[in-house]
Amino acid sequence: MALEKDTDPKLADYAHPERLVTTEWLAAHLDTDGLVVVESDEDILLYDTGHIPGAVKVDWHTELNDPVTRDYVDGTGFAQICGERAISRDTTVVFYGDKNNWWATYALWVFSLFGHPDVRILDGGRAKWAAEGREMTTDQPKPDVVEYPVVERDDTTIRAFQADVLSHLVGVGGENALVDVRSPGEYSGELLHMPDYPQEGAVRGGHIPGAASVPWARAAAEDATFKPRADLETIYLEEQGLTTDDDVVAYCRIGERSSHTWFVLTHLLGFSRVRNYDGSWTEWGNSVRVPIATGAERGSA
Amino acid sequence: MSLPSQLAELVEEFSEVGPRDRLQLLLELSRELPDLPGRYADARDLSDTMEQVHECQSPLFLAVEVEPAAENPERAVHLFFSAPLEAPTTRGFASIMHVGLDGEPAADVLAVPDDFYVKLGLAEAVSPLRLRGMAAMLGRIKKQVRTATTHPPATT
Repeated sequence: MALEKDTDPKLADYAHPERLVTTEWLAAHLDTDGLVVVESDEDILLYDTGHIPGAVKVDWHTELNDPVTRDYVDGTGFAQICGERAISRDTTVVFYGDKNNWWATYALWVFSLFGHPDVRILDGGRAKWAAEGREMTTDQPKPDVVEYPVVERDDTTIRAFQADVLSHLVGVGGENALVDVRSPGEYSGELLHMPDYPQEGAVRGGHIPGAASVPWARAAAEDATFKPRADLETIYLEEQGLTTDDDVVAYCRIGERSSHTWFVLTHLLGFSRVRNYDGSWTEWGNSVRVPIATGAERGSA
Repeated sequence: MSLPSQLAELVEEFSEVGPRDRLQLLLELSRELPDLPGRYADARDLSDTMEQVHECQSPLFLAVEVEPAAENPERAVHLFFSAPLEAPTTRGFASIMHVGLDGEPAADVLAVPDDFYVKLGLAEAVSPLRLRGMAAMLGRIKKQVRTATTHPPATT
């Protein structure tokens, strides 16, 4: 049974308010049956220094990824990840994490590849929960293992591969759109990686021709919550000229920052066709003979 | 070349346990990272007196001091680190460097193999991507030690 949704007025403005919960809502529902809180962080040890009471950890690098192929776990692996955390198919899963919920939205996106029905983000993530002085604990929950069905991953609806992006290029400017969510320096080609982040081995810099540059952080407020709907509409609809019917592909470096934008466009603004290209720049920037544009202009293929 | 004894001991501790316990060890080490002494901590901007290791996922600053030859012919190396509390993995890596290398002679620090961290067996537990910061930290420490121990060119 899905839990009741958070009726907070800020959330109510979004296209799909049921995809978010406030810290107040979560604090009031922590011990409810049918709810599992999942922390997903960039820093693999952060959860262990203290977390929301009862929350379990899912690590993107070591758990959601296949250890050999550059891909996500399969249905069997996913069923195990969920089952071990007492998540069954009808569980309400609330994700939160560090760094403005990057990895939380990433985890939510992977859960969505498997069609897990009720997935939500804690607006403001770990930072807001901590800033409000809410309870944290180092007690590790010991969930009873439950049965999670083996579901086939759907890679066609919200995920894009390089070949999809190549065929998508033709219509960019029409109803096809590309959104590059990296920093302006990475977009122009001046930087091969995020400022202050490790070089992850892209041999070429720049962006996919035609892509709009909308750094993911523009959707985040100071306190790590998502900006109100009106502000998001100003950025994506008015300024970038996107419409909610557009066929949008978002990308970044490895697909984590673009999960944040995927969440914003899909669940907060109600776009019906948004795919996250998880190969992102670490694939595109290393591929032979794919078109690349450099500089601040979008360019064309 | 063998590792300095403290570092060798750490490597042994890590290699004796499974991946989950390795994370636990790293967490314990992250808690033991000493605070910066006043001469660094009081700086208005850490980058004035410390070097940022950009390869780490979270902001990490390090400073290297090498004892003057007149006081210590072995030129003992002292290391100082600053990383945010919400970056325990980065703090853990810094702590490995501190426990393993602080107080060691410059020559021994320079002789640590660049890939020593592979022996910690953290790749599986932490992911290879996250380990790059550790390699970068050692690289920058060595570079600073090398600069400090190279005789300045004679003035003409």
